[in-house]
Amino acid sequence: MKITFSKAINFAIRDSMRDDNKVICMGLGATDPKGVFGTTIDLEKEFGSKRVFDIPTSENALTGICIGLSIAGYKPLLTHQRLDFALLSLDQIINNAAKAHYMYGGEICCPLVIRMIMGRGWGQGPTHSQNLQMLFAGIPGLRVVMPGTVQDAYSQLRASINSNDPVIFLEHRWLHNSESQVVYDFSDQDLVTQSLVKSGEDITILACSYMLPEAIKARRILKEKLGVTADIINFRSYRAIPDECLIKSINKTRKLIVADTAMRSFTIADQLSNNIRDLLIDGNSIDIRILSMPDIPEPTSHFLTKGLYNDSYTIISKTCELLSKDCRGLINRDTELKPHDVPGEWFKGPF
Amino acid sequence: MERFEGSIQLELLKRMRRIRDVELRIAEEYSQGEMRCPVHLSVGQEAPSSALSLLVYPSDYAVSTHRGHAHYLAKGGDLNAMIAEIYGKETGCSKGKGGSMHLIDTTVGFMGTSAIVGNSIPTGTGLAHAAQLNKTGQISIIHLGDGAIEEGSFYESLNYAAVKNLPALYLCENNFYSVYSPLNVRQPKNRDFCFLAKSIGAKTFSGDGNCVISSYKTLKQAVKYCRSGKGPTFVELKTYRWLEHCGPNNDNELGYREEREIEYWMNNDPIKKAEARLRKRPEKDHYKNYCQALKKEVDDAFEFAKLSSAPDIQSRSKTIFSTEQ
Ligand SMILES: Cc1ncc(C[n+]2csc(CCOP(=O)(O)OP(=O)(O)O)c2C)c(N)n1
Ligand SMILES: [Mg+2]
Repeated sequence: MKITFSKAINFAIRDSMRDDNKVICMGLGATDPKGVFGTTIDLEKEFGSKRVFDIPTSENALTGICIGLSIAGYKPLLTHQRLDFALLSLDQIINNAAKAHYMYGGEICCPLVIRMIMGRGWGQGPTHSQNLQMLFAGIPGLRVVMPGTVQDAYSQLRASINSNDPVIFLEHRWLHNSESQVVYDFSDQDLVTQSLVKSGEDITILACSYMLPEAIKARRILKEKLGVTADIINFRSYRAIPDECLIKSINKTRKLIVADTAMRSFTIADQLSNNIRDLLIDGNSIDIRILSMPDIPEPTSHFLTKGLYNDSYTIISKTCELLSKDCRGLINRDTELKPHDVPGEWFKGPF
Repeated sequence: MERFEGSIQLELLKRMRRIRDVELRIAEEYSQGEMRCPVHLSVGQEAPSSALSLLVYPSDYAVSTHRGHAHYLAKGGDLNAMIAEIYGKETGCSKGKGGSMHLIDTTVGFMGTSAIVGNSIPTGTGLAHAAQLNKTGQISIIHLGDGAIEEGSFYESLNYAAVKNLPALYLCENNFYSVYSPLNVRQPKNRDFCFLAKSIGAKTFSGDGNCVISSYKTLKQAVKYCRSGKGPTFVELKTYRWLEHCGPNNDNELGYREEREIEYWMNNDPIKKAEARLRKRPEKDHYKNYCQALKKEVDDAFEFAKLSSAPDIQSRSKTIFSTEQ
């Protein structure tokens, strides 16, 4: 049976809570009728209000409270409807959760999952659309995961909750309605590995979060129209250490595009590229291109966000650039793609 | 309301009507898909800002929240520029960069609205600090909702304002909800905001936020106190949002607010009540004419917004630093 990304999140929380009665789920709106875009629906009914509950608008304190629960043996899952709201809790995340295990010499663990939803489009604007993965990935002690598929939504969230470390779980709003079948399974590896999603010959595309479905779409068009095939790798663990499947792929193609949702100066892609060049034989000859957002706050006006985001179109253009192919006429961005500021027909605003 | 000056009553009603008509028009036009940003409307909550608008000067400061249209208009913010901003146009008050949640009109002391709950409370407190240093008798109005009372920034700012005796007026419109969450899952039962603020060091006032006269009388005292330089002032006005938290529709079908509750508050409409009072007064013809002129003002604002040019796409990479215009 196919389920949506948000249902997969919902099931992952449910199954984790069934398996471990120390798991606690909280967040603004966690028990309201919309259930955080459907991800926390029905949980309170099954597990009761001691384990699933709404909270005050107090992001910083609540994060610290979760840390307290955590070091006392509970496994809190805290959800923010926007990453931007979690910025109020940077103190607790960076000065406390990330370092608890380290600075007490390994005496305590801090299992804590913080879900942050991020997005783009529909006038989310400068303070409702930030994709700041690097902010967290740059802090030792935090794991950062960015699910790109419905399967990831399930297994990565389960692995995150199961982990004994703080995990920043970054969920793209534009993925919530994507659908697929799911294997209800997970392992520790889900937190640290990438995965090969499509296999090809000519180029490697490493795509994170919402860039993944766009990369898959780009691959299809490239294959149909130019006979070019790409390896698509799901950049689901946001770290600078190249995974085995990535190394293998680049060894084959010697060409890499990294598609990130972050700003140019806020992507881990440079660090990753350096590591790849160091690791591989004749690494400096590998062609690498990075697709990211420009270093500007996201403006609100849809007139100003036009052409700002990366999508299948920009991935195709970059691929053609790398392969010295002509990309003209492959896809008409204005007529063949949905309006640039919505994830699909299902989205009618306002957030 | 015996002996309450007719001209003031009329003025208060006009201001409420203006806010409501603008908001309802936004709601009406939203489905056209041209206002492509979240909007948090103030329908039902017009009384507090309308009352305030008669008591402050353009030289006073004000800051607000995601639900800031009413506050912006009440402070004298330019209507055309607000609508154009929601349409994402070049003529918008933030040139399309901010949208509905980031309104500004510095010419009337309206110094911004924030999309992050609690974010503008310290800013407004800083403006109050500037006002104090300026020694010009300005005050700083900080609009906030009941949800913002839960943020640390509220306590920290109020404490600072109390330590420094700042001319800061914290105006809380308590509409009992933060998105779909009722107060009782966020704050202890029977929490009295005024008691809380008083304990931190503010002088407090409260009134009926669904009655514009009560709001006016309450705020008049509060503004007077604040302007006298005696220190921070906190005002709670209870009121009610009619529409969904974010967006143009009502969301009664979600069931997070009881039908009876919604009905009670809608029957307690601050505008209908004010109109009923006016019916027996000589100013009623003036009001009728005003409503007609208002319709044209609102029509014009939407036309202005729709006809305005889109911002130059290059502008999105500009104004990041003050050296770039
Ligand atoms: C720091 C932060 N947390 C959460 C949100 C999401 N949010 C947007 S508006 C809102 C409701 C705030 O309630 P209140 O202050 O009472 O204002 P109201 O919407 O009722 O006017 C919330 C929680 C946010 N914008 N910022
Ligand atoms: Mg409220």
